[in-house]
Amino acid sequence: MEVQTWTYIIVGLTFSLYIGIALWARAGSTKEFYVAGGGVHPIANGLATAADWMSAASFISMAGLISFMGYDGAVYLMGWTGGYVLLALLLAPYLRKFGKFTVPDFIGDRYYSDVARTVAVVCALFVSFTYVAGQMRGVGVVFSRFLEVDINLGVIIGMCIVFFYAVLGGMKGITYTQVAQYCVLIFAFMVPAIFISIQLTGEILPQMGFGGKLIDGSGNFLLDKLDGLNEELGFAAYTSGSKSMQDVFFITAALMVGTAGLPHVIVRFFTVPKVKDARISGGYALVFIAILYTTAPAIAAFARTNLITTVSNQDYVAMPEWFTKWEETGLIAFEDKNNDGKIQYVADKGTNELTIDRDIMVLANPEIADLPNWVIALVAAGGLAAALSTAAGLLLVISTSVSHDLIKKQLKPDITEKGELIWARIAAAVAIIIAGLFGIFPPGFVAQVVAFAFGLAAASFFPAIILGIFNKKMNKEGAIAGMVTGLVFTLSYIIYFKFILDPAENIPSNWIFGISPEGIGTFGMLINFVVSLIVARFYPEPPEEVQNLVEDIRFPRGAGAAAEGH
Amino acid sequence: MQSYWKKNLTYLVILLLVWFTVSYGFGILLAPYLDTFHLGGFKLGFWFAQQGSIYVFVIIIFVYVWLMNRLDKNYDVDEK
Repeated sequence: MEVQTWTYIIVGLTFSLYIGIALWARAGSTKEFYVAGGGVHPIANGLATAADWMSAASFISMAGLISFMGYDGAVYLMGWTGGYVLLALLLAPYLRKFGKFTVPDFIGDRYYSDVARTVAVVCALFVSFTYVAGQMRGVGVVFSRFLEVDINLGVIIGMCIVFFYAVLGGMKGITYTQVAQYCVLIFAFMVPAIFISIQLTGEILPQMGFGGKLIDGSGNFLLDKLDGLNEELGFAAYTSGSKSMQDVFFITAALMVGTAGLPHVIVRFFTVPKVKDARISGGYALVFIAILYTTAPAIAAFARTNLITTVSNQDYVAMPEWFTKWEETGLIAFEDKNNDGKIQYVADKGTNELTIDRDIMVLANPEIADLPNWVIALVAAGGLAAALSTAAGLLLVISTSVSHDLIKKQLKPDITEKGELIWARIAAAVAIIIAGLFGIFPPGFVAQVVAFAFGLAAASFFPAIILGIFNKKMNKEGAIAGMVTGLVFTLSYIIYFKFILDPAENIPSNWIFGISPEGIGTFGMLINFVVSLIVARFYPEPPEEVQNLVEDIRFPRGAGAAAEGH
Repeated sequence: MQSYWKKNLTYLVILLLVWFTVSYGFGILLAPYLDTFHLGGFKLGFWFAQQGSIYVFVIIIFVYVWLMNRLDKNYDVDEK
């Protein structure tokens, strides 16, 4: 069967599955809409968290990025997994015991201040919107490449699906569709990886093949061969990378801390019944995430080896079919500078003749490795599952921030439960339409901004939440001053280097301590901590009942009654 | 109750030290030195950066869960 027929069948099946689940899991109360009734099993929550977390970027772009970055790709691998250690140890159990619905809820109550609540709402909306825009675009891209429909039509189809289960089911619908989406995406990611690992190294597990010997008869290790290939063409050795050590350090830290501060991830820990479950579901989530994250660097190395051996110094006319097919999409471009009819793929920009989009490494990987058509179709369904599940989680944060944190808590406290639920649905619907518009008319800066959402989350939320839990004497003045300075500093540094300065000046020697804009969130976080602690000393201690609240969240017993006081 | 919280903090400090050592220590700061050793086809520092640290992260969370559940029971603050 043709690739396209397979794609229609597999994508059609997965979409009917999501819609079926949405019909089954409709939300009847605000508690079901916001936190799925608080009764999600920890394993289901772990699966949903993993799908929520792993976006189109993790599924489609990350392995490709790593294959061009080599060792430096570790910033994503460690950064986007290490944050779960912080989440599970420092945040999840205490926030679950606190037991409200949102992150701004915690900030507002803990710092007894609507100013703090509003700052938190603004941060949550900003982070979620930049992030969701990228997802809708990802949906459109997958549709257009695999089903050959118009990119905008692809975005609209994606919007309708998300609309259906997010507006109808709220967190409850989202949670159970995410469980299904995780299964689809991990299967779609692993199948080609296992095939290619067997082809290249004879190992079934990609994680073993990554460090294994090639079966081409040479007896060389895969990574040694790849280091050699890279150096031959003038690139840095694959296993050593080219970023400075302090930059790798700071970027990794910004991504880790940012992960722990992302509202759509934190809110998942409000959905389990007990504090104990919040701890363990962090563990399950990381196991499910680690399956993809330890496979991605293996795919990166396999794909790069395959790519270089297929194209480097080969005749252009002898290229396999996938090459021309992806050339048409503009993701691969060949320009014969020296007119010898061969492809020179080298590090030197003046003589290099091949430009490759990083996304191709996952999307075209099954074709490069000559895998069956159904595997190619599976990758399309996996990419869609990854993008849709993350988009839904983010849309829920947006709708909750509006209906709960703004309308219920500030503008109209006497609103009925039914009224609040209607507002939540309206907010979700409006957010989907805005996100779709971002997908159809993508502002040029979206891709850049998504990476910075982490820095901003690291510099704003994380210190305020940590101090709120571990420092009983932290008062509202300290926390607000810290959040504002952390945010303003990080934002100005990023805007200055990315949008104001000439891109040629965005180089290590101009950066503070050699830290790139991607890693500056770590510095912003440190500033936030220092400012909070200093400012707090000049103002009165928090009121007695707030100190009691902090005391209370430190002990698990009594969490069952949580969210009742709502 | 104060000693429950103190023990909790001690666990956190120890586990976060491990977290820091495998990622920032072995995976970044000491990576050039560890790269002189090999684990199969991997240079050791590279392995920690792209594989090993992630495995250790998973183990850290499960050890934490086990320690805290035991602590909760000992101090009788677990959920019924």
